[in-house]
Amino acid sequence: MTDFTLWDIVRNLLLAGRWTVVLSLIAFAGGAIVGLALTLLRMGGLKPIRWLIRLYVDLFQGTPLLMQLFLAYFGAAVLGFDVSAWTAASVALTLFTSAFLCDIWRGCVEAVPSGQWQASRVLGLNYLQSMRHVILPQALRLAVPPTVGFSVQVIKGTALASVIGFVELTKAGTMLNNAAFAPFTIFALVAFGYFILCYPLSRYARHLEKKLYGAGIR
Amino acid sequence: MALVSVKDLHKSFGELEVLKGIDLEIEAGEVVSIIGRSGSGKSTLLRCLNQLERHDWGTIHLADQRLDGGAMSPGELSQNVGMVFQSFNLFPHKTVIENVMLAPVVVKQTPKAEARRIAEQVLDKVGMSEKVDAYPAQLSGGQQQRVAIARALAMNPKVLLCDEVTSALDPELVGEVLRVLEDLAREGMTLILVTHEMTFARDVSHRVVFMHQGRIHESGDPQTLFTQPRTPELKQFIASVV
Ligand SMILES: Nc1ncnc2c1ncn2[C@@H]1O[C@H](COP(=O)(O)OP(=O)(O)OP(=O)(O)O)[C@@H](O)[C@H]1O
Ligand SMILES: [Mg+2]
Repeated sequence: MTDFTLWDIVRNLLLAGRWTVVLSLIAFAGGAIVGLALTLLRMGGLKPIRWLIRLYVDLFQGTPLLMQLFLAYFGAAVLGFDVSAWTAASVALTLFTSAFLCDIWRGCVEAVPSGQWQASRVLGLNYLQSMRHVILPQALRLAVPPTVGFSVQVIKGTALASVIGFVELTKAGTMLNNAAFAPFTIFALVAFGYFILCYPLSRYARHLEKKLYGAGIR
Repeated sequence: MALVSVKDLHKSFGELEVLKGIDLEIEAGEVVSIIGRSGSGKSTLLRCLNQLERHDWGTIHLADQRLDGGAMSPGELSQNVGMVFQSFNLFPHKTVIENVMLAPVVVKQTPKAEARRIAEQVLDKVGMSEKVDAYPAQLSGGQQQRVAIARALAMNPKVLLCDEVTSALDPELVGEVLRVLEDLAREGMTLILVTHEMTFARDVSHRVVFMHQGRIHESGDPQTLFTQPRTPELKQFIASVV
């Protein structure tokens, strides 16, 4: 029954793959901005603020991304907001990413040895000055490998946006398969598409990690 | 009048009373070594002197000015009391000269060129002018510790606290750091040193303070203290370290 050539399949997947990339970038950029703000608030903020941020992180880490997408899409509709699949997917993935990045980055700030805080305090630097000149530059170096590594999770996470009707790589694969019925070829190509996106990032993260340990900074 | 004056200092960590009433007066230009067993409260005393720890009771004055209880901001404190740690704690992402310039520029708002001049001067004093652009990881322990001393001196403190600054060093590197401290002592810097280097304590300090169980158990000039200890605790301690 198929009038689909292999090129038709590949072309359609590539076109949809764009949206996987765009959604990943939105989620990652949005997640980084929100995550950074949360990290700084959590490190310096008042007790109730710290507690709220921890709850936020725990909620997003402790529930499936799929449910978060459902809530953002169908939940918003129930509440009377008419959100597009685009908006829902962007918001849900941004929040999901921010929670994980907040946790990763908090860990990196805390991994800077306490002697560094003491040395800057003894030299007269206040909290913000210590953060800015001593702690954050070191935390940043520690943060790059796990952050790049986590970006792989974000890319794969965008596949779930297919269930709310967002046409990205996975959804395009399903739709193509309904028409062309060549599941093995199509889903192998879909998987390969993700691999092409994720593999360089994984490799890069591993490379950065080695470089960091090579530099002798714990 | 004493430069540093500590009165009835008490400090507990939870149930554990670590300092049980310390009285100590130190003159300008005096070199005081604090010795004693592990856990006797030596580090805690030093850390109270620059308010890294908040004590529970008692007062600390520096040249007639109240130092404790939030009377001085960290910025003011750093220009009065410098500290060097056992583990150097240099900033690994900054070069030697950047390590030394940071506090003058950020805390004192010294202009960069002026801060660089000061940094070069103190680095020269500790014999590290050749390595201004090196990163800490590229230096030996002894060199790192000398940079750490220079970093403290750049704030021009009235007193320098040193907590076992040679304990993390390989034996062959201890000498170069002690020589720097000796030079400082000769130039009239007020030094308070917690040390396990008994020879150094005996030869360089003007006074030795023996701490035992959170109290100053015995103190006096090094010759007398080491040759004629009055208390059995100090006798035992000296026997155990020599
Ligand atoms: N932050 C802290 N929290 C709880 N207990 C502490 C803390 N700092 C020190 N102590 C305890 O206080 C006591 C005195 O510690 P301190 O570090 O002043 O001893 P010290 O004389 O410097 O010993 P050492 O020669 O081993 O360095 C120890 O029993 C130590 O376990
Ligand atoms: Mg100690």
